[in-house]
Amino acid sequence: MTITRILGWLAAIGLIAGLAAGFGYAPREAIQGNVQRIMYLHVPSVLTSYLAFGLVLIGSIAYLATRRAGWDRLAGAAGELGVLFTGLTIVTGSIWGKPTWGTWWTWDARLTSTAVLFCVYVGYLLLRSLIEDPDARGRYAAVVGVLGAVNIPIVHFSVKWWRALHQPSTILGPEPSPIDPAIGLALFVNWIAFTLLFVYFLSRRMEIARREEQM
Amino acid sequence: MSYARRAWIILWKDFLVERRSKEQLNALLFFCLLLLFLFQFALGPDRERLAAALPGLLWLGFILAGLLGLGRSFLAERENDCWEGLRLSPGDKSAIYVGKLAGNCVLMAVVEIILVVLFGVFYDVDLWTPAAPLALVLAIGTVGLAAVGTLFAAMTTHVRARELLFPVLLLPVQVPVLLATVSATQALLLGQPLADVAHWLKLLVGADLVYVTIGLLTFEFVLEA
Repeated sequence: MTITRILGWLAAIGLIAGLAAGFGYAPREAIQGNVQRIMYLHVPSVLTSYLAFGLVLIGSIAYLATRRAGWDRLAGAAGELGVLFTGLTIVTGSIWGKPTWGTWWTWDARLTSTAVLFCVYVGYLLLRSLIEDPDARGRYAAVVGVLGAVNIPIVHFSVKWWRALHQPSTILGPEPSPIDPAIGLALFVNWIAFTLLFVYFLSRRMEIARREEQM
Repeated sequence: MSYARRAWIILWKDFLVERRSKEQLNALLFFCLLLLFLFQFALGPDRERLAAALPGLLWLGFILAGLLGLGRSFLAERENDCWEGLRLSPGDKSAIYVGKLAGNCVLMAVVEIILVVLFGVFYDVDLWTPAAPLALVLAIGTVGLAAVGTLFAAMTTHVRARELLFPVLLLPVQVPVLLATVSATQALLLGQPLADVAHWLKLLVGADLVYVTIGLLTFEFVLEA
């Protein structure tokens, strides 16, 4: 419990540091101006959601293999947080897109695949909420969790060929990053803060689920 | 009993049930006809607009009919403890999945043939010239749709709000299949050769393999309840 509490405080400090880095330390972006600063929320959100869906996959496979309730709690908690952070990604992306692209939404490849991802995991949560028996819920959810994750690359390619406005990934690409080091650092601080926040939420949510099962 | 034999028994059982009850097919065929009317009323009599929207409409029809047909795959097993019977059947449970999947593919194939013929006649489109490549696209796409549909149908059979949950789970997962088949169908109807849609076919085959594999591996967990 104390570890969780420390994590929570670390996340809070990290988020404040992230805000300071994003608004104070990082320079104003040359072309987009201050609008670009929303990136310090947008990019960490999407990275955190990938982490979450990765954990859903791991928890799902481990639950099917071991049938330990803890793995199902991990998958369920990570699924909820994944939907939350994907939602944040879509909202911050829309707010960023309106002034820079001139539209809230467009059926571009990455936006579409993010939206599809969001829908798959909303379905996952819906399925969980409709089954009372913990073992059946765990098994069914795990099947959807595995299928949803394995489907991500297929969705990615199909949508990419279907529509090809979003800038390609700058950080994860093969070439050295062209990003200003100060912007990179602000991004990094926010990413760490989001990850801490995610782990804090995850451990709290899993604890709540554990107590619910005890009742 | 061999694996194929056990899968065949499931397929044959469902075929017999359907032949004697004619529960699904009659209603589904009539539903297809109604869909045709519905699309016509929604888009108006403009032929060019209909032709432009045709590939999407065709697949929308398959998907809607599929949601109804596939979603019922395991409803018969809910009664008289048939589900227990499936669970108690000897050997690898994925044979049941294969049998059900085959049955669903046959069902979808019948629906698709009817819909394609109806579309060809009512909307006066030439579907005969590209018939062979079109059949290939439909076949590969149908396997992808049915593979996930069969798995999710088994899963949602025992869940509350089954009718609602089945499409909500199936549709987002099927986005790649829908994009690939609609794009490929569109290209073929425009008279492009099959080679032009090779990348879509590869994606579909890849998706089919992934979906069927996951279905085979996870079906026994679904059957447990």
